[in-house]
Amino acid sequence: MKKILTTPITEEQIRDLNIGDTVYLTGVLATCRDSGHKRVIEEGVLPERFDFRDGAIFHAGPIVGKNEEGKPYMVSIGPTTSRRMESLEAEFIRQTGVRVIIGKGGMMEQTAAACKEHGAIHCAFPGGCAVVAAEEVEEVTDVEWMDFGMPEALWVMRVKEFGPLIVSIDTKGNNLFEENREVYLQRLKELL
Amino acid sequence: MDETKRQQWIDTVADFTAMVGIYLPDDVEAALQKLAAEETQERAKTMYQCILDDLAMAKKLHRPLCQDTGVLQYFVEVGTEFPWQDQIGEVLKEAAAKATLDTPLRPNVVQPLGEHNTGNNVGYDAPYIEYDLVPGSSDLRLRLYMAGGGCSLPGRAKVLMPLEGVQGIRKFVYETVVDWGVNACPPLCIGIGLGTCVATSAELSKKALLRPIGTTSPYPEAAELEKQIREDLNALGIGPLGFGGSASVMSVNIECAGHHPATLGVGLTTGCWATRRGEMIIHKDLSAEILSHKQSLEGAET
Repeated sequence: MKKILTTPITEEQIRDLNIGDTVYLTGVLATCRDSGHKRVIEEGVLPERFDFRDGAIFHAGPIVGKNEEGKPYMVSIGPTTSRRMESLEAEFIRQTGVRVIIGKGGMMEQTAAACKEHGAIHCAFPGGCAVVAAEEVEEVTDVEWMDFGMPEALWVMRVKEFGPLIVSIDTKGNNLFEENREVYLQRLKELL
Repeated sequence: MDETKRQQWIDTVADFTAMVGIYLPDDVEAALQKLAAEETQERAKTMYQCILDDLAMAKKLHRPLCQDTGVLQYFVEVGTEFPWQDQIGEVLKEAAAKATLDTPLRPNVVQPLGEHNTGNNVGYDAPYIEYDLVPGSSDLRLRLYMAGGGCSLPGRAKVLMPLEGVQGIRKFVYETVVDWGVNACPPLCIGIGLGTCVATSAELSKKALLRPIGTTSPYPEAAELEKQIREDLNALGIGPLGFGGSASVMSVNIECAGHHPATLGVGLTTGCWATRRGEMIIHKDLSAEILSHKQSLEGAET
């Protein structure tokens, strides 16, 4: 059976998950990447209409189109490299109370420590599968920070069973991609 | 050149640019299908299925298969007899803007030192255009590469000590792939350039990446090294999207040039599973022929 997380997400739901689990997200999801993290942490500015607390963010910069009535819709929205946000993510989790961070690939030590302390997880969506993701978005409900341009703006959307999301950092200090890296490095030693 | 003709030329290049964002070239799609069919690990199979679903949905809905349609990079081989040489740069710029708005592609280009997004993928010296001359030809050979962010991040070039030799080249490539390649949407296309300095090595690595999957270097020692690096990287088992699997790469291509005895330059450029490149020939009457996407367009509405 599909494991589905629905926003707002409680700490208990999050603490229950382990790396390698596959989950899906239903509810509200907002994109937030490099410029958004900088605005929150370095400039101390939060979005006016979207609350990160107990919510989910997506490291992604979408292509957004407009339908015949002029309403925005997701054309294509896959994840971007999460590791770019590593320097700010721990502080972002602490300050905003976000529960689920979705992106591509893994994140590092500081983020894993913050996930453990504050009850958050990082999940990886299969990179590049952007039309699959767009079709799981029911509606684009809002946009803030358009001054960044389309890829970096904060797009708010309603999603249904958004995934597959593979838990890559859980609340127990486990980190799937870092564990994998150790395996690859071990194999590398044997090759060289 | 009359305006109607010029506009047709722009449309031809804009359509080609849109196509490259929506459909994978034949060699990349075939390589993915093959790896998917051969995969034995469960999670890796799920990832390949997601990738193949995405390709099918992009074709059906006529949308860019990945949201990151990159910075547009055009590599142009200009026949010295091609009559419209002075128009090429402007036509490519206008086509890039048109394709961005019509498809739509993601407007990625931000101006240097300030990061203001231009909104149409045209900016200061963007799209990127590189020219080569082809003596005696009356054709224009146009290759497009969409340089995505994730797959451009692992790019590195370094000048090694010659004593580090082939072992040094392997170590440089493998360590970079393990450190950053995992995030660059594997299975990867690997381009390696071997030259004298960082500039030529990096340039050659890009040329290597542009060469289709399944081709080998005409230089026998380089062809041998391509095979070894491919086998080694696959033995790491990075798998689709870095979750682990039977393979790590779709291809390893090397381009090399005679170099200085005191330096061993090595460049690395990576392409993701969604390596989007296209190739077309434009004749002097401006009729065009697409070479890169023969099978993958079959059954598609273009």
